[in-house]
Amino acid sequence: MKHDIYSTEGLYKIIEKADLSPTISKHVIYAPLIAAKAQPGHFVILRSRPGGERIPVTLVDWSPADGTVTVIIQSLGKSTTEINAFKQGDSFSDVAGPLGTPVEIKNWGTVMGVGGGVGIAELYPIARAYKNAGNKVISVLGARSKALLILEAEMASISDKIIITTDDGSAGKKGLVTDAMKDLYAAGEKIGAIFTIGPIIMMKFVAETSRPHATPTFASLNPVMLDGTGMCGGCRVEVGGKSRFACVDGPMFDAHQTNFDALLKRTAAYREQERESLEKYAKDHNCKIGLH
Amino acid sequence: MNNKPKKPSPSIKQNLGKHQDPVGRRGNFDEVAMGFGPEEAVAEAARCLGCKNKPCELACPVSVKVPEFVDLVYKEDTGAAASKIFETSLFPAICGRVCPQEAYCEAACVLKDKFGPVSIGRLERFTADYARKNGLITPPACAPDTGKKVACVGSGPTSLSVAAELRKLGHAVTVFEALHEFGGVLSYGIPTFRLPREVVRFEVDMLRKMGVRFLKNVMVGKSLTIDELKKDFDVVYIGSGAGLPSPMNTPGEDLVGVYSSNEFLTRVNLMEAFKFPATDTPYYIGKKVVVVGGGNTAMDSARCAMRLKPENVTLLYRRTRAEMPARGEEVENAMEEGIKFEFLTAPVALEGDEKGRLKRVKCIRMALGEPDASGRRKPVPQKGSEFYVEADSLVVAIGASPNPVIQQTTNGLSVNKWGCIAVDEATGKTSLDGVYAGGDVVRGGATVLLAMKDGKAAAMAMHEKLSGKGN
Repeated sequence: MKHDIYSTEGLYKIIEKADLSPTISKHVIYAPLIAAKAQPGHFVILRSRPGGERIPVTLVDWSPADGTVTVIIQSLGKSTTEINAFKQGDSFSDVAGPLGTPVEIKNWGTVMGVGGGVGIAELYPIARAYKNAGNKVISVLGARSKALLILEAEMASISDKIIITTDDGSAGKKGLVTDAMKDLYAAGEKIGAIFTIGPIIMMKFVAETSRPHATPTFASLNPVMLDGTGMCGGCRVEVGGKSRFACVDGPMFDAHQTNFDALLKRTAAYREQERESLEKYAKDHNCKIGLH
Repeated sequence: MNNKPKKPSPSIKQNLGKHQDPVGRRGNFDEVAMGFGPEEAVAEAARCLGCKNKPCELACPVSVKVPEFVDLVYKEDTGAAASKIFETSLFPAICGRVCPQEAYCEAACVLKDKFGPVSIGRLERFTADYARKNGLITPPACAPDTGKKVACVGSGPTSLSVAAELRKLGHAVTVFEALHEFGGVLSYGIPTFRLPREVVRFEVDMLRKMGVRFLKNVMVGKSLTIDELKKDFDVVYIGSGAGLPSPMNTPGEDLVGVYSSNEFLTRVNLMEAFKFPATDTPYYIGKKVVVVGGGNTAMDSARCAMRLKPENVTLLYRRTRAEMPARGEEVENAMEEGIKFEFLTAPVALEGDEKGRLKRVKCIRMALGEPDASGRRKPVPQKGSEFYVEADSLVVAIGASPNPVIQQTTNGLSVNKWGCIAVDEATGKTSLDGVYAGGDVVRGGATVLLAMKDGKAAAMAMHEKLSGKGN
């Protein structure tokens, strides 16, 4: 079917929704212009309704033929909790994109993808593109527990080797993704490049693990973002001693050059307000979703 | 109206309009300037001499037919006055609020020196508001469809001007906006206490009624390229605005609590963070706020911050009041609202705590030296004059450069050394055939009015091209 990219008919409607875990949901959204242009590493900005926050989220999949894009969202604060309460047939008020600079897809020989938590979803299209470009793909996936591990089958289908680690040992090996990386290095695996997406602290240690081996390592950074169009400068990150904007220059940057400690501090800027907002939402909706 | 003054009565005292009182208004985001009522408007209009040589109209960047519309206000035919303004400018409710009239029409008014100028800006605003609220606005008629297609990139003042002019001439216009709300800087930048959102929305809706199509969430340069737009449209106008905030290049700029004015104003205005947690986007200002800069954006930032109820707001400017580029009225408003001005002062370092949050600003005093390239006297740091200002948050409002995305993704588009799109000044023509540009993406950082002026000029050139006349 040919989609009119200039039409607003049915835009941002949820064509399909699936819950992957109690707090992680997949949304397939009608947005033909974005679907036609998406590449691995692109992100979109979602807004659930008027008055809602602008939420940046990396694309997991897209179909130009169906005119749809797929995102996977974990309920963390009010906005993500609200989005995951959407049902099939509901619509977002806004989906802008594709934004960011896509990942350069080439042949590195062997590419290692290191994903943590919901970051696995964002790693998937990148790993798939590298597989399709003829790379050997090794996937190292980490989660707190088996219940929070997502897309294992999908990742397995595009990986030559897949290693699972969980904090509690409920799936794969008990331990951290960096333990698995060390084992692979120790076994003499020749790795051309590493792509990592997940919690900042995980990406920081992935970078530290690969640094002694000088393996080119790229991390998808997730600073607080507002407009996502290069206008506000809020998403600035320090890479190679310089200020870069994750929204237009990234979100993928050289992990060995990234100041993760500064990023950790900046992402904590609104923690109190985020909590206040979520508590109010939980109270208004008489529920405790997302409160830990 | 009864007891209507005779026209002309130039010696009636100039009416500068009422304002919300400075203390009360610090607690709200409602409009500060309250606007004329019908009787005040008629009395002010009566002052106009109706000069035959129309110095006010000639001074107007968008050629508003000042003596004629003022006369219609005097005759209490506000609908006709609005239509008269519409002949050359479709946005009187916006211009009446944000144009620095004291530098244009009111500066040219022959009454200026003896009695004070006619309050043309306030009359323009009255005309637009009264006509809007009383259903007296008739959108201008559009010429029959020409079958030609125009794409406008961005929905700020410059693109809205292009859209208005070309739609009137019968062309099909589509406006692309990257954000979720239309209006560009009118929506994300200028605070509601200077320009209420319903005014911007009304003007956008009027263009919609005229047949202009508005598409949001499309970031040209990423979602679609100029090359792609060229395939689907006969001409393209780039009005993507100033994007990238200029950093101060001061140590500590990445501390939490340090904002660019773009981010701070976008949070507060576009995302309505001032209503948090009723809205979802938070802000953080703490108790002590510092704003750096001397332009309108710095005033807007400081005044927005004041309305978020901190203990104090301090504005640092490295020159003196006389060199401030901000509109005089906005500086006065800011001072009235209790913002503390530290002139001849610049930040040299930002210092934070162990959590990476801003705590204080190290400042240095300046003195004015020789004139620089801008003709203003250059501020020179005074050795040994360093001192500290406590701050939980700081807003950097020292300018912006054009958003580079379109320049980076468009082959053959010439830019100047500052990254601005290079154009022929009279027509807005870029190095690419059929592609025009104007506003801040060309000027780097200017005013709403100059952006509108660029749009009008480019629209005329684009119309000639579409009609097969010029090139």
